[in-house]
Amino acid sequence: MNLLAVKSIYKSEMARFFRTIGQSFISPVISTSLYFVVFGAAIGSRIQEVEGVQYGAFIVPGLIMLSVIMQSISNASFGIYFPKFIGTIFELLSAPVNFLEIVLGFVGAAATKALFIGLVILGTAALFVDLTIQHPLAMIAFLVLTCLSFSLMGFIIGIWARNFEQLQLVPLLIVTPLVFLGGSFYSVTMLPPFWQTVTMFNPVLYLISGFRWAFFGVSDVSIGLSLGAIAFFFFVCLTIVWWIFRTGWRLRD
Amino acid sequence: MAAILQVRDLKKTYEGGFEALKGIALDIETGEIIALLGPNGAGKTTLISTICGITEPTSGTASVGGHDIQRDYRKARAMIGLVPQEINLEPFSMVEDNLHFSRGLFGKPRDEALVESILKRLSLWDKRRARVRELSGGMKRRVLIAKALAHEPRVLFLDEPTAGVDVGLRKDMWETVAQLKSEGVTIILTTHYIEEAEAMADRVGVIRNGQILMVEPTQDLMRRFGRKELRIELREPLTSLPAELADYEIELADEGQTLVYSYDTHADRTGIAGLMRSLNEAGIVLRDVQTRQSSLEEIFVDLVADSRTQGEAKA
Repeated sequence: MNLLAVKSIYKSEMARFFRTIGQSFISPVISTSLYFVVFGAAIGSRIQEVEGVQYGAFIVPGLIMLSVIMQSISNASFGIYFPKFIGTIFELLSAPVNFLEIVLGFVGAAATKALFIGLVILGTAALFVDLTIQHPLAMIAFLVLTCLSFSLMGFIIGIWARNFEQLQLVPLLIVTPLVFLGGSFYSVTMLPPFWQTVTMFNPVLYLISGFRWAFFGVSDVSIGLSLGAIAFFFFVCLTIVWWIFRTGWRLRD
Repeated sequence: MAAILQVRDLKKTYEGGFEALKGIALDIETGEIIALLGPNGAGKTTLISTICGITEPTSGTASVGGHDIQRDYRKARAMIGLVPQEINLEPFSMVEDNLHFSRGLFGKPRDEALVESILKRLSLWDKRRARVRELSGGMKRRVLIAKALAHEPRVLFLDEPTAGVDVGLRKDMWETVAQLKSEGVTIILTTHYIEEAEAMADRVGVIRNGQILMVEPTQDLMRRFGRKELRIELREPLTSLPAELADYEIELADEGQTLVYSYDTHADRTGIAGLMRSLNEAGIVLRDVQTRQSSLEEIFVDLVADSRTQGEAKA
């Protein structure tokens, strides 16, 4: 295992994050505050409680998941697309490293950045609403697994993308709707039966539900199913990345 | 001396069916400098990319220091440094960070002293804290070389290292290459500048249409194909060649002011002594005499033209 290579990639990716640390910190704080103004204050004044939890607090796990998923994807996809775009990918391909080391470096850094932003949102939310986390270890586990899984997905998108439009395509057209319709801002039980069934096919529902359970002890689906879903998604992404490096798809000529 | 790089029947066919390499065989000795010459699209960069792991070979093998580039890629690649043709650098990164990154990527621990010596050798020390985007084109190319040297490779590939750089920098690079050779580094360079190959390379490989036409010591190639010209400047111009000179391969140039005699430097008799006698007999008075050897560029053009003619004949 070339651990020094993993460290080099990780540090170099994190350096980019630290160069724009102000931006990285301020933008999630502002967007979270805006969500609280719109959903918490405006809508929350009409919906008092959802499943026994104050609405402002109820949306916090979904809000964190929304940002963490989008950040994981955009960090990881940009992280690997940028060297492809400017040509520095040659160095990775000609270095004595295997796929796992490259993935650990890039995905590890992307997940770290997303985790940081998730924690910033959590801190900001705590300023607006009373938050109690009933299962802190499960909360961290869900957060870390989500960061890693969606960073892996972002990594795949970054390798697949041939231009900046494609880089934005999957997050905008697929991931955003899935996250919004995955119960970020409502409980699935609030939907008519037909749409409840449809929502069960949305993989993001299982993440948000499990994450919400870690906070409040209430969930739309069982915690075991949530953990199984995220673990399954993680291994599917890892297998795809392994295949990409084995075949050189969109990387090697 | 043992071959540090062995290439056997290496083929590369791209998805569209284009055959970039058609069974390349090449042995490169430890510590030598070999220049690969060839026209655009000849397969030079594909050959380098395949050995370095950027391009997958379709068939054939290559090994570096006895390590197969596919089965034992870690050991093979650890020995290789690559300076690509394009200036591929992250614009916002700092110069010295680039070197630390490259070294780490190749599994070597951080070494401030080594990075300092490389940066100083390439006149980049003053720019170590500069962002890449602030550097000139020539400086960026130096950074690429510095990065390739950061993990102390034993084999260095330079893919057109001096394309688009000024004469001063080119000479600096030649010196760097000579120094690396003295340290035992094997260097494979591709170039369009024949004078570069002539000045630096121990051997020259000519590549065209994905095939190696020949690999020869630079001096042998010069001797084998090099013809010399004797240019005789006359005091009085001639309107036609006198009968005494009819037996010589000679031409009138500069409106009769110069006689140009071509000869083979390695023939048993160059004919120069006889020519001088004949000139004397014809009563021709000389003003100046010069000799000029054909450059590698001319040899290369002849070689490629020959192979093209042969190819057309076969077709």
